[in-house]
Amino acid sequence: MTQTQPSVRITAPRLTAVGERAGSLWTLGVLVLIVAAFFVAVPQFHSKAAWVATSLAATEVILLSLGQTFVVVGRGIDLSVGANLGLSGMVSGWAMTQMLGGTGLSQAAILVVGAVVAVVTGTLVGTVNGLVVTRLGIMPLIATLGMMGAATGVTQLINDGQDISTLPPDIFAIGNSAVLDGWIPVPVLVTVVITAGAALLLHRTRFGRHCYGIGSNPEAAARTGIRVGRHTTAVYALAGSLAGVAGFLVMAQLASASVTAGQTSELSAIAAVVIGGVSLFGGRGNIAGAVIGTLIITVLQTGLVVASVSSSWQTITVGVVLVAAVFADQQRLRLARRT
Amino acid sequence: MTSTAETATPGPAPDAPAAVLEARGLTKRYGSVVALCDVTLDLRAGEVLALVGDNGAGKSTLLKILSGNTTPSEGTLLVNGEPTVFRGPTDATAAGVATVYQDLALALDLDVTGNLFLGREIVSSSLPGRLLGWLDRKEMRRRTEAALERVRIHVPDVTRECGDLSGGQRQAVAIARAVTWCERVLLLDEPTAALGVEQQREVLNLIDHVRGMGTAVVLVSHQLPHVMEIADRVAVLRRGRLVALADRETVTVERLVSLITGLEGEADERTGLPISPKNTSHGGTR
Repeated sequence: MTQTQPSVRITAPRLTAVGERAGSLWTLGVLVLIVAAFFVAVPQFHSKAAWVATSLAATEVILLSLGQTFVVVGRGIDLSVGANLGLSGMVSGWAMTQMLGGTGLSQAAILVVGAVVAVVTGTLVGTVNGLVVTRLGIMPLIATLGMMGAATGVTQLINDGQDISTLPPDIFAIGNSAVLDGWIPVPVLVTVVITAGAALLLHRTRFGRHCYGIGSNPEAAARTGIRVGRHTTAVYALAGSLAGVAGFLVMAQLASASVTAGQTSELSAIAAVVIGGVSLFGGRGNIAGAVIGTLIITVLQTGLVVASVSSSWQTITVGVVLVAAVFADQQRLRLARRT
Repeated sequence: MTSTAETATPGPAPDAPAAVLEARGLTKRYGSVVALCDVTLDLRAGEVLALVGDNGAGKSTLLKILSGNTTPSEGTLLVNGEPTVFRGPTDATAAGVATVYQDLALALDLDVTGNLFLGREIVSSSLPGRLLGWLDRKEMRRRTEAALERVRIHVPDVTRECGDLSGGQRQAVAIARAVTWCERVLLLDEPTAALGVEQQREVLNLIDHVRGMGTAVVLVSHQLPHVMEIADRVAVLRRGRLVALADRETVTVERLVSLITGLEGEADERTGLPISPKNTSHGGTR
C-alpha cells in the first residue's frame, strides 16, 4: 500500500452539545414565562405564603426527580418512587412511635433514628428494584410497577390504613421552620444541598460517567469492564434513598406519616425529568434540566391552586405542558441536526 | 482440501517478525456443528493479516476466540509463545489483544474523551478524589489528545460527542481507543463496512499507521480490494477450515474469490503450497 499520512479530521459541529444547551435555556425560558404569567395574572402569587408553598411542594418532587434522573440516564425508569416515599415515611413514623414508648431516647435522637430508618427503607426498596431488574431480567417498567403496588400495600398494612400522627413534636419544626425571615424553609435548604451533591455525583464522578455510558450503550459499557448490573442496582438504590429522604421531609411537613403520601408523585417526577430534557432512551440529560422541569410542574400546580383553578384543570394543564414540552424539544433537536 | 494434519506447516522465515499471537489447531463446535476446524495461524508484530471468507466460513468464530468472547473446543492460543486461555474479553485485553467490533461499541452520547476512558477513568489523586471517584477531566482530555495525535487523528475538540461524528470518524475513535489500551494485537471486524469512499480511505490509512506502530492487525473484511491494498498476508476460511494463508503479493482478487467460493477446487492438494513460493516461508497453505 502506498504510504499516506493518516489524518482523520473530526470537525463536525457539536450539534448535540449545542442542542442540549439550547434545550436547558429553552426550558428555563418556559419556567420564567410561567412565573411571569402568574405574577402578572394572580396577585396572590407574589405573597411569601405562595412562595413557601411552591418551594415546599417542589422539594418532594425534586428529590424524586433527582433519583429518577440517575435511573433514566442509565436507561431505566422507576415507577415506585412515590410509593417508596410513602412507605419510607410510614416505616419511619412507626419506628419513631415505638421509640417514644419508653426507650428513654431524647426527641432529637429519635428523630435522627427516624431519618435513618426512612433512608434505609427507601434504599432497601430501591435495591430490590435494582436486583429484580438486573438479576431477574424484568423490564424496569414492570419491576417498578410491581414494587409500586407492593410498597403501597405494605404502607397501608403498617397501621391498618391509618396515618401515624403520634410523632415526636419536634418533627414539625424540621418540616416547617424557615430561615431568611421565613423565606427559605428548612426542607428547601436540605433539598438544595442534596441537589448540589447529586449534580456533582452525576457530572463529576466516575459513578455518574458510568450512568451515561450504560445508558448510552450498555453492551459497550460492559465490554469496557463496567459491572453494568451492579451499577444499575446502585442507581436504583440511590433513587430509593432519595425517596426515603423525601418521605421523611414530607412527614416532617405534615407532622404525620400519611398513607397517601407520595401518591402519583412518581408521575410528576417522570414528567419533570422528561420536560427537563432527560432522554427516556438513556444516556442524555442533566440535573439542572430535571430541577427546571420540576419547577415548571410545581409552579404550574401551585400557581393554578393560588388562582383557584379546579384540580381537574390543574391535571389537564400539567398533562398538556408535558406533551407540548416533549414535542417542542423533539422539534428543536430535529432542527439542530438538520442545520 | 488438505487438512492441517495432512499438510506440513513450515516455520516462519528467519527474517519474519516474531509471532505475538499464535493459534494452534483451533476447533470450535456448537453441538454437532463444527464452526471452526483445526485452524493454525500466527500473527506478527507490525503486519496486517486479512481474514476473508464467505458468510459462515468461520471468520466470526475465529475472531470470537481470539478476542476472548468464546473458548475453543480444541486447540490452544499462545501469546508471545506462552499458552494462554482467554476466559473473557477482559483476559484478552489484559494480554494486549483489543477488538473493534462492527458496531464499534461506542457510547454515542459521550464525547471522545468519555469513550476513550469509559471504564478506565482517571480520578483525582487526592484521597477524597479517589474515594469519590472524582474525575480528573483535564488529565483525561490531555491524554486523549495525545493518544489521538499518536494515531494521527486530528480532533480540534475532544469534548465532541461521538454521536455527532461521521461513521469514519467513529471508526477512527474506536480504533484509537483500542490501540491506546492494547498495543499488541488489534482485531478489526469489517471496519470499512457501511462507510463512504472517503471515510474508507481514512480508515485504511489509520490501519496502515497502526501497523507502522508495530501492532499486529487482524482485518476481517468482505471488501477484497481493501484486503489487497492493506494486508501483508491473507488467510482464507471456507466452511470452518483455513484453506489458504498467503502473502498478499502472491494472490489476486480472482484467486481469492476462487478460494472463498471453492469454485476452482483445491489447488493446495496438488502442491500443498499453491499460492506462491513465498508462502512456504509464512505458514503454508491448509
